[in-house]
Amino acid sequence: MAHVWGMILKRLALGVVTLFVVSILIFMATELLPGDFAQEILGQSATPETVKALREQLGLDQPLLTRYLSWLGDILRGDLGNSLANGNSVSELIGKRLGNTLYLALYAAAIAVPLSLTLGILAALYRNTFFDRFANAAALTSISFPEFFVAYILIFWLAGAGGIFPSMSNFRTDPTLSEFLYRAFLPALTLTLVVTAHMMRMTRAAIINLLASPYIEMARLKGMSPIRVIVKHALPNALAPIINVIALNLAYLITGVVVVEVVFVYPGLGQLMVDSVSARDMPVVQGVALVFAGAYVLLNLTADVLATLSNPRLVHGR
Amino acid sequence: MSADYGSRGISRRGILKGATALGAAAMIAPLGATRARAMPKKGGTLRVGMAHGSTTDSLDPGSWENDTMIFQAHTRNNYMTEIAPDGSLIPELAEGWEASADAKTWTFKIRDGVSFHSGHMLVAADVIASLNHHRGEDSTSAAKPIVADIVDMQADGMNVVITLANGNADFPFVLSDYHLPILPAQADGTIDPTTTDGCGPYKIDNLEFGVRADYSRHDGYWKKDRAHFDKIEQIVIYDNAARQNALISGEVDYIDSADLNTVHLLKRAPGINVLSITGTQHYGLPMDTRAAPFSDNNVRQALKYAIDRQQMVDTILNGYGSLGNDHPIGPGQRFFNSDLEQKSYDPDKAKFYLKEAGLDSLAVDIHLADAAFSGATDAGILFSESASAGGINLNVVREPNDGYWSNVWMQKPFAGTYWGGRPTEDWMFATAYAEGVPWNETYWSHTRFNELLVSARSELDEGLRREQYHEMQAIVSNEGGIIIPMFASYVGAYSDALGHDETVASNWRNDGQRLAERWWFA
Repeated sequence: MAHVWGMILKRLALGVVTLFVVSILIFMATELLPGDFAQEILGQSATPETVKALREQLGLDQPLLTRYLSWLGDILRGDLGNSLANGNSVSELIGKRLGNTLYLALYAAAIAVPLSLTLGILAALYRNTFFDRFANAAALTSISFPEFFVAYILIFWLAGAGGIFPSMSNFRTDPTLSEFLYRAFLPALTLTLVVTAHMMRMTRAAIINLLASPYIEMARLKGMSPIRVIVKHALPNALAPIINVIALNLAYLITGVVVVEVVFVYPGLGQLMVDSVSARDMPVVQGVALVFAGAYVLLNLTADVLATLSNPRLVHGR
Repeated sequence: MSADYGSRGISRRGILKGATALGAAAMIAPLGATRARAMPKKGGTLRVGMAHGSTTDSLDPGSWENDTMIFQAHTRNNYMTEIAPDGSLIPELAEGWEASADAKTWTFKIRDGVSFHSGHMLVAADVIASLNHHRGEDSTSAAKPIVADIVDMQADGMNVVITLANGNADFPFVLSDYHLPILPAQADGTIDPTTTDGCGPYKIDNLEFGVRADYSRHDGYWKKDRAHFDKIEQIVIYDNAARQNALISGEVDYIDSADLNTVHLLKRAPGINVLSITGTQHYGLPMDTRAAPFSDNNVRQALKYAIDRQQMVDTILNGYGSLGNDHPIGPGQRFFNSDLEQKSYDPDKAKFYLKEAGLDSLAVDIHLADAAFSGATDAGILFSESASAGGINLNVVREPNDGYWSNVWMQKPFAGTYWGGRPTEDWMFATAYAEGVPWNETYWSHTRFNELLVSARSELDEGLRREQYHEMQAIVSNEGGIIIPMFASYVGAYSDALGHDETVASNWRNDGQRLAERWWFA
C-alpha cells in the first residue's frame, strides 16, 4: 500500500504544478482578448477619462508581469483577491457557486452512474439483442443532441403550463433537500441524459472485451449463470477503464454545464466564469479556472488511485 | 374609453368590466399602452424576470448600465426629479425648483421628512455628496459627462443651489438620470458607493449579482399612493425561452423583455398580456464623417436613401417599432418635428446622390455584431440587398460581440449602435451629436447645429425653442453622419393578475423602470 500513498503525494505535487501552469495560461489568454476590464465594464458609456481613472484605481495600468506576480503572491498567502467589478471577495463568490455546481453534479452523478453501469452490464449481458440496440440507440441519440435541445424537450414534456416540474431552478437561499431535489430535477435529468451514453458504452465495451478471455470461458464451463459471470468475474477486471470514464464525466459535470445552467436559471460556476471573462474580471476568471483545473486534477487522481486499487497486481507491487 | 360608457348611463361596475374587456383586446397599443384597471390595492409578492444582469454588476451608481441594475436603482432609490408616465417632469426628492434668468443657477428645495431605509433623514448634504460622486478627476462614473457642467453646489438649509458653467433650461431633467440616486452622505461628505441603503420604495433584503435580488417594502416611504407590493423578487433569466416559459408556467409575474420572434406565441397563452411601448430607444448605423467616403454628405445621403426602413421594422423588429428618420428624437417627445419629410427607400435618389458625389458606384464595409443591437447583422444583410439596387456594394463584416464597444464602435468607420434615448432633445443631442463630446460616434461637427444647440439649451421661450429644435432635427437628418432606420419598442409581457395605470411610461422599459412602485396586483 505504501507506494499508493507515495503515488498520491507525487500526483498532488504535480497537480500543484499543473495549477500554476494553468494560471499562467489563463492569465495570458485573457490578456490576449481585445479590451481590458475598464473598457468592457464601462462598455458603450466609456470615455477616455473614466477608463483612465478606473485603470489607475485598479492598478490595470501596471505591466503584465507585475499584475501576475501580485496576484500569485496573494494566492500563496491563501487570498484569491476581490472582484474588480464589485469588490466582492472571490472566494465568497466562488464558494457559493461551487456549492451549487457540486450539488447539481452530485445529483446528476447519483442518477447517471448507477443507471449507466446497470445499462452497460445489461447491454453486455444481452448483447446484440433488441434491448442492447435500443439502449445504445437511445443513449447515442441523447448525447448527439445539443444540451439545450435536450433541456427544451424535457421542459416541453415535464414543465410548462400544467407540468410536474418547475422549468427553472431558481431557489431562494438555502433550499431544503426535498425542495432542492424537486427544483433541480430537470437540470439533473438533462445532464444525466448527456453523460450516460459515454459511461454506458464504455462499461459494455470493457466487459465484452473480457468475455473472450479463457478465465471467463472457464467460469462459464463451470455452469455459472451469465449475470454472475459478468458481475463477479468480468466486471472487477473491467473497472479501470470504467472508472476513468466516470471521472472524466464527473469533471465535465462540474466544469462544462453553463448551457444547462442558463436554460434552467441555475446559479452555478459556469455563468460566473462567462460573465467574468466577458468583463475581463481577472481575479474571478483566475479563481474559477483554478477550481475547474483542480476538479480535473483531483478527479483524475481519484480515478488512478481507484484503478490501482481495483488491480491487486498493482496494489501489492512486485 | 370609460367616458363613452358613462354617457350611456352604465353603472360604475359596468364601466370597469367593459374597460377591462376592451383593454384585453387592445393588448398591443403603440405609444404607451392604455388600459383601465381597478384601483390599486396593497399586497402580494411581485416576481420579475430580467433578461440582462451580470455577476459583474456592482452597487456603485456610476457603473449601472443594464436593466437589472436600473430597475433596482428605481426600486431602492429616489431621485431629485421623476419623469411621469406622460413624459413630463415631476418633483420627487426635490419639492420644487427655480432657475435664474440665464438658466445657470438652479435652486432646488429638498423635501422634508424623507427617511432612508437605515432611518437616516434626508438633508441637503446627501444630495451634494450623491452628485459629487460622479464629478471630479478620479470619478469613474458613466454619468461624469452629464454632470460635467456643474461648477458649484451649496447647501442652504433644505435648499441646494447648483451653479452651471452654461445655462441649461432642462437641467432638472438631468437629475432624473438613473445614475444619480440620492444616497446618504458620510461624515467626510462623500457617499459610500457600496451601500445598500436608499430612500426608495423598497429595501434590499438579499442581493446576488447576476442571479437575484429580494426586496421588501420600506415602511416609512413618503409616497403614500405608491409601492403596493409587499415584496419583490427580481430574477435574472438570460435565456429567452426560459424567461417566457417562466411567465407561462407562473414562476414569474412579469418579464422585462420578450423575444420578438416568438412573441406572437406568447400572446396566445392564456392570462398573458404583451406590453409594447414605443419610446426613444433607437437603432442606428453611424458613419465616421471624417473618413472617406463618408466625409462627403452626398455619400451619406445616398446610403440613407438606399436603406429600406419599412422592411427593417417589419423583419428585424417584427413590427414592434416605428420608422426612424436619421435623427434621434422620438415622435412622443416635446419638440419632435412632425413636418420633416420621412425618408423612404428610393434607389434612384441614392444613385442621384452618388452622381452628385462624382461616383458611379460605391463599395463600403459595414462592421456589425448583435452586441450593437439585436438583429444587427441581419439588418446589415438586408441593407446590403436593398443598397445594391442603388449602385452601392455594401459588404457586411461580422464582428464578435465580445469587445464590440471597445474595438468596433467608434473605431471602424461604419458600424452599428443603439441608444436608449434621452428624455430631452438637448440631452440626446449634447450626448452624441455636439462637436467633440466623447460619444459623438460619427465625429460630426456642424457649425450651425452647434450654435443652435447652445442657444436652444438656455432659451426659456418655448416657441423659439421649438423652432430651434425642429431645425436641428432637419440638419441631423439631412447632413448628420448616422442612419437611424428604426425606433425599437420595449416589448415585455406580464400576467393579467397585475394592474397598472392607464398610461405606461415610455422613457424606459418597465414603466420607466419604476414598475415596482407603480404597479399592483389587481
